[in-house]
Amino acid sequence: MVSLAVLAAMIQATDTVSSIFAPVSTPAIKERDLSMLVLVLSAIVFVVVGGLIAYNLVRFRAPAGDQSTEPPQVYGSAQVEAAWTVVPLVIIVVLMLATARVIHEVQAAPQPPNAVEATIVGRQWWWEIRYPKLGVVTANELHVPVSDSTVRRPTWLTLESADVSHSFWIPRLAGKTDVIPNRTNHTWIEPFVTGTYLGQCAEYCGTQHAHMLLRVVVESPEQFARWVEQQRQAPAGDSAADSGRRIFLGTACISCHTVAGTVANGRYGPDLTHLMARATIGAGVAPNTKDKLRAWVKNPDDLKLGALMPAMQLDDEQLDQLVHYLLTLR
Amino acid sequence: MTTTKFPLAADIDEGVPSALDRLHQWVVTVDHKRLGIMYIVMALGFLVVGGIEATLIRVQLAVPDAHFISPNAFNTLFTMHGTTMVFLMGMPILAGFANYLIPLQIGARDLAFPRLNSFAFWITCFGGLLLYSSYITAPALFGGAAAPDFGWFGYAPLTEPTYSRGNAADYWVLGLIIVGFGSIAGAVNVATTILTMRTEGMTLGRMPLFTWITLVVQGMILIVVSPLTATLILLLLDRSLGAHFFDTQAGGSAVLWRHFFWWFGHPEVYVLMLPGFGFVSEIIPVFSRKVIFGYPAMVAASVGIGFISLGVWAHHMFAVGMSPAANTFFAISTGLVSVPTGIKIFNWLGTMWGGRIRMKTPMLFCMGFLVQFLCAGITGVMLAVVPFTWQLTETYFVVAHFHFVLIGGLIFTVFAAIYYWFPKITGRMLSERLGKWHFWLFLIGFNLTFIPQHFAGMLGMPRRVYTFLPERGLELWNLVSSIGVPFQLAGVLCLVWNMIRSYRQGAVAGNDPWDAWTLEWATSSPPAEYNFAKLPVVHSRRPLWDLKHPEDPDWQYE
Repeated sequence: MVSLAVLAAMIQATDTVSSIFAPVSTPAIKERDLSMLVLVLSAIVFVVVGGLIAYNLVRFRAPAGDQSTEPPQVYGSAQVEAAWTVVPLVIIVVLMLATARVIHEVQAAPQPPNAVEATIVGRQWWWEIRYPKLGVVTANELHVPVSDSTVRRPTWLTLESADVSHSFWIPRLAGKTDVIPNRTNHTWIEPFVTGTYLGQCAEYCGTQHAHMLLRVVVESPEQFARWVEQQRQAPAGDSAADSGRRIFLGTACISCHTVAGTVANGRYGPDLTHLMARATIGAGVAPNTKDKLRAWVKNPDDLKLGALMPAMQLDDEQLDQLVHYLLTLR
Repeated sequence: MTTTKFPLAADIDEGVPSALDRLHQWVVTVDHKRLGIMYIVMALGFLVVGGIEATLIRVQLAVPDAHFISPNAFNTLFTMHGTTMVFLMGMPILAGFANYLIPLQIGARDLAFPRLNSFAFWITCFGGLLLYSSYITAPALFGGAAAPDFGWFGYAPLTEPTYSRGNAADYWVLGLIIVGFGSIAGAVNVATTILTMRTEGMTLGRMPLFTWITLVVQGMILIVVSPLTATLILLLLDRSLGAHFFDTQAGGSAVLWRHFFWWFGHPEVYVLMLPGFGFVSEIIPVFSRKVIFGYPAMVAASVGIGFISLGVWAHHMFAVGMSPAANTFFAISTGLVSVPTGIKIFNWLGTMWGGRIRMKTPMLFCMGFLVQFLCAGITGVMLAVVPFTWQLTETYFVVAHFHFVLIGGLIFTVFAAIYYWFPKITGRMLSERLGKWHFWLFLIGFNLTFIPQHFAGMLGMPRRVYTFLPERGLELWNLVSSIGVPFQLAGVLCLVWNMIRSYRQGAVAGNDPWDAWTLEWATSSPPAEYNFAKLPVVHSRRPLWDLKHPEDPDWQYE
């Protein structure tokens, strides 16, 4: 059963499937390697004990209508008891030595001087992502550089929560670390393959826990540098979108959202400065297209029931103008 | 039975009691057997309620992006499902069996405190009703959620007023405090009974294993439910009086709640699971026709499990960011629990070895238990391996693991116990044919539902999500998982029908239908109110074996 599970899980690893048995980053690889040892030992125990159960049932089953006298009564045996106490104990000791070693390797790893630093803030129900040293703020999409066999470029993550407990988990990059209010946690990733890796909040955090997705974009150092450069610039204005811009700045949007270079500096919702550089909206609930964006602004509940963003009661014309403006935020 | 009539008393002809009279007798009873039956019936009622909640959950998750129920409704469903199954089904049904069987097994006429017993049952019942009344009354009071929706372990700060507006959380807190009082009262009562009311010759070393395990469990309840009650009162203070124990916005600690809750929550798993071991330890010997192998080792393993389980709670918190040293400590303690648990499995196998195994329904369920609990134990060891758990925790793998423990383990043993002791409780046998239908349907359904959930978890599906996205490799596993549900429902229907039908027209059982060896089988079925006309005297662990085999009694070998 167990080995079948592993097999199935490994085969299924593709871009959108986040199998823990298809790791591409250091902590997840170490975790996978250890889990293989565990699975092999488990399979042996299952076969041995399961075999004993089956043998017992076949060998000692009374024939139908058996009325013979009682079988010999055996009250126990100290030697046998000792054997089946010591053997499992030895297995556990071996497992725990291996476990302690990997715990130490992951949790006590020193931060290399060239590591990228990012802070991830869990919120109901989206991820705020800040690169304090790079001056970049974004949401729901973490960009990191790829490592290779010669140069390590890991990303050191600081995890904080603005409201309730969440959990940061990208199965193919690293196991979970909880994101807890009033507490600062740390974890790190070191991916070796470029691509987009999906994860989602793993600690129940309220109504829309199911739609709190996180994308990690692993790119070459050059691409990453370009992305950082682009994120640092205010979006180029487009005078054709001025009417939508006025609506945005004139409604409560600015209480929660920031757009660099404008008076909008709210921090409760995602930073929209480079909204259109992101692939999804609503923390992965829908692709970031014009139609979906319009539907979202019209009434977030239609896409994500319970989302904390209110519908602003705009009429169709205002909606069109506002979405037009949002589309310029690249 | 002789009746003495006093000349002063009026000669009352009671006749056949009316339905109202009979109801009255049940309500005011302090008889441990009646209260035991009431506990079991109440728990089975809540099992049906919790099962319906689970069914709705599986319907919603059968396909990706489903809109069968709203997110809020889904969140209340899994919260109420978990709370119900642990506090209103698991604890009471085991309290019911302990209530019914302990005095019979130790040769006593009732529990030590019969009226406390009645109090414990009714307060448990009312606590459950209070919790469920939140569905009806909570929205009317404050316009909040209709029922608690923060999960059965109520992680702070989701339970704080900021995030749980309305009164649903108050219903949850108060309901659990009250149910907790019932558990504590029951534990005091049963433990006192076992320690002080054993019949002549029933030394601690001669108690049936179910009695031994029950004693261990009552001790654990006292050690872990009392702190839970205190923790819930702290939360009540937060919610009602503006305290800040767990209110993170005012400097409270979310991690503290987790420590407090799991200090209860993990030993609770063994509070639920150990009585299941007790049932199996009674049933496997009888249907293998052999004495239990290694009685002292079984007792030691039970006490050992109880003791170690008090030091493993933080294995629910490996992702919290504890220090490597703390993570290693709790990994080792968790791994160690598997040693006494393994001893138990091997001793059961040793008991069957060389026996003449009779595959009656109770034994069938015990065999289902053995295989499934083996799987649960193996995945449990996987979860003790911290780095593996960083990937597995809070996913459907964990959901699958603990359902293998609590259904594949506990519920299968509870079914075994129902088939085994139903003849004692009612005087009638349950139908073997329906019993086998029940077993196979439930076995197939259970494995269909829960094996695939391991895979979903390893493919990145977190637990407690009201829906999942397509194209993430999760469709097949979730669909198969939901397909298992009707099989399980059909199995339970077989049981319900079997109980109703056999109660009326089952074969008459007689005192000792299984040719068993413990004291409860020495008295009539059902036992008279006073249990034993004459209190028995025992000389060994199997008093009825001694009676049946005077040429070769047990006490020669113990």
